[in-house]
Amino acid sequence: MAEVSIDQVVDTKGELCPMPVVRARLAMDKLRPGQVLQVVATDPASCDDFPAWCRAQKHTLVESRQAQGVYTYLIRKGG
Amino acid sequence: MVQVKDSQLLDAETFARLHAQAHQETEVKRIALVASKGTLDMAYPPLILATTAAAMGQEAAIFFTFYGLDILNKKRLARLKVPPLANPAMPVPVPNIVGAIPGMTAMATWMMGRMMRKQKMPTVPQFLDLAKQLRVRLIACTTTMGIMGISKEDLVDGVELQGAAAFLEYASQAQVTLFV
Repeated sequence: MAEVSIDQVVDTKGELCPMPVVRARLAMDKLRPGQVLQVVATDPASCDDFPAWCRAQKHTLVESRQAQGVYTYLIRKGG
Repeated sequence: MVQVKDSQLLDAETFARLHAQAHQETEVKRIALVASKGTLDMAYPPLILATTAAAMGQEAAIFFTFYGLDILNKKRLARLKVPPLANPAMPVPVPNIVGAIPGMTAMATWMMGRMMRKQKMPTVPQFLDLAKQLRVRLIACTTTMGIMGISKEDLVDGVELQGAAAFLEYASQAQVTLFV
């Protein structure tokens, strides 16, 4: 897979729903369309929450990974 | 809205127009919540749902009524409590007779506060700030304010005052309405 350049990182490790999505939204507000946000989470609900959030906000979920209970999402801002 | 009879066949142009109209009508989703309880455990659900909805690009409003108005009350919002009486869901089950002992409410409140901090959950004042940042409408019920002798100055900044009719008009256009 081609390297995706990351413009902003949000670390929500240890936080529960809805905080990963809420923090992602606040961070995304500061980015321009096309820029990429990386969200790191440990909340298992984030697996469903981030795809749903991306659909609702018309962002693109470029990649989602899980390793040792840590979820990493790359999200390209839509618009 | 254009009325279409069952038997009437739609030409492509009309179909496209109706489709676009329907799509537009449902594009911005709306959630309307009522917060009617003034306990710590019941303050969280409406705040969580409204901030999440706003984070998803939906319009969100919470109508704070009766004891729910305490969630907006500057003097009380940081001191909301968990009632141990008639609450069989406590992490350590407490018989009602024990729950009625003075100090048990403080104890139950302290326990929930500790659980929340451990999971890095924002406090109620922090959640209100997040809600405002995400432009959740915080609406204080004017009737409750009158009954309980609460003025606008008693409430946090950025609160709207509304009656039931205005809120119901807003809620009637919402896809999600919940009473907490």
